[in-house]
Amino acid sequence: MTRYADAEKTQLRNVMSGVDWRHQTTKVLKHWMLIAFAFLATAPIALVVLNSVKTRRAIFRNPYHLPNAETFDLVGYETVFEKSQFHVYYFNSLFVTLTALALILLFGTMVAFALAEYSFPGNNLLRLFFLLGIIIPIRLGSVSLLRLIVSLDLIGTLWALILVYIAGGLPFAVFILTQFMSQVPSDLKDAARVDGASEYRVFWLILPIIRPATGTVSAISIIPMWNDLWFPLVLAPGEATRTVTLGAQQFMGQFSNDWNALLAALSLSSVPVLIIYFVSSKQLLQGLTAGALKN
Amino acid sequence: MTASLSRTDQSKDGKRFPTHIIVFLAPAVVIYGLFMIYPLLDSLRLGFFAQETRGVAQFVGFENYVTLMTDDAILQPRLLNALKNSLIFFAVNMLIQNPIALLLAAALSTKTRGAMLYRVLIFSPAILSLAIAAFVWRLLLSPLWGVVYDLLKAIGLGAFAQPWLGLESTVLITLALISAWQYLGIPMMLYFATLISIPNDLFEAATVDGATDWQIFWRIKFPLLMPMIGIVSLLTYIGNFNAFDVVFALKGAEAGPNYASDTMMTFFYRTFFGSGFQKSDPHMGAAVAGTMFLILLAGVLLYFFVRRRIRSYEL
Repeated sequence: MTRYADAEKTQLRNVMSGVDWRHQTTKVLKHWMLIAFAFLATAPIALVVLNSVKTRRAIFRNPYHLPNAETFDLVGYETVFEKSQFHVYYFNSLFVTLTALALILLFGTMVAFALAEYSFPGNNLLRLFFLLGIIIPIRLGSVSLLRLIVSLDLIGTLWALILVYIAGGLPFAVFILTQFMSQVPSDLKDAARVDGASEYRVFWLILPIIRPATGTVSAISIIPMWNDLWFPLVLAPGEATRTVTLGAQQFMGQFSNDWNALLAALSLSSVPVLIIYFVSSKQLLQGLTAGALKN
Repeated sequence: MTASLSRTDQSKDGKRFPTHIIVFLAPAVVIYGLFMIYPLLDSLRLGFFAQETRGVAQFVGFENYVTLMTDDAILQPRLLNALKNSLIFFAVNMLIQNPIALLLAAALSTKTRGAMLYRVLIFSPAILSLAIAAFVWRLLLSPLWGVVYDLLKAIGLGAFAQPWLGLESTVLITLALISAWQYLGIPMMLYFATLISIPNDLFEAATVDGATDWQIFWRIKFPLLMPMIGIVSLLTYIGNFNAFDVVFALKGAEAGPNYASDTMMTFFYRTFFGSGFQKSDPHMGAAVAGTMFLILLAGVLLYFFVRRRIRSYEL
């Protein structure tokens, strides 16, 4: 390779300048395409948020204008806060998502450690057992799940959602975490064991090493839990246990002709999530990328 | 796994299963087993029972399934309609979302100024819930507000302006496109991750040999993308066969107009919980879920079959 390096470079330069105009055109076309899709992705939400702070007249007269002193109006938000309990919905969503995520990470890491670290009878069978859950959507078990939740007296509680989301999130978490776990070098673990550390202590010691993996698992687990409409509807539809998704959905069904309220409810249920997303997007997308490569 | 020889010996010496392994496994196995595997299996079982008038469920064998597939009055036409709609929903996502995602990923994986920003923006709808995104589009497509129709007129496509969400002929495709719009970022990121993992020397060598970008894509990148295209197709199949949120949010459990947007999942919901025109029947609901289970299984088996047939290139 090294012998030809210089020749290669010259040849490369010739080739590049030969197709320079084509290169430039492709580049411009590429950016136009990316700009078009970035616009398509963001403009709908932007338009909704923009109009949520305008008077009804202004919403219909000139939807594309920024609000000014004359058209600025928060009446939609007033209706939403009067007629629904978005702060409760937010608390519910946060409580359910974060509790379930913490337990998915904890239990998932424990299983991954056991699967990657010890060879015991049934190890492969257990891997298969967890793999099953990636392929079959948990929603198909709803008939029986509803009975189970009723018999456990958990119906209409946030814990019903948390338990179901943990069960639904574990298969993928175990899958990803086991792969990371099996890459942890054994020297560290063996050194700890020589020093007389218990297996629990060894587990605790290697937790910091697999932190990047927990980022991936969080990125993949949070979105479907936060956005789920099915299980809140089936297991906890009451006003007090509504999540943001269900609460917004029900509110918008009720106020389907009050455009100010509709736009405000949509903004309230998407803007905070988008802010968190933009702040953490780098980690989230890196986590997704890392997760995709593990497949 | 490789580093655990000594511990295997220990567990054999100790005769019974080591306690610490049980402690590590128990919480996840119990919760996952109880709240996922058990309900799935038990739902399949419930599909073979029927509610008697006095409240005790009776074993009826395949009767629910037979009724589902032969009852001419309501269930069979609804089932076939929902099946057809779910297939269309899947096809729209497969044929539109998937190639666009691949195209965007291919563009982003080459040297691009602002690639990170593009990725963040294009992915952003995927973090909203489908129910919310669906409502955003309902407002944008509302003839009352007319925002989308303004845009269509501006680019000379005013003739296409129709209340797409209200018409039997267009409602399903519109809902599928909303879903495709929202989740475009996910396949894009999966393809992107695969593309950036291909070592650069491969392209450099090809460029030296005079290959164009187009050739590099089709001859080098595309074959290496095949396994991921398979995975994305499977995910699209599983995800879209369960399409529920977008339909329920905009069209309710009745999936109107005239069931034109009814998918397998809304059909399942209606059968299970009942609705205006259908009485609640959990056992029949379980049979619908069982049918969906078989459909998914067929897709998964097909995936593994095709994957074994197609030569895949590993780096």
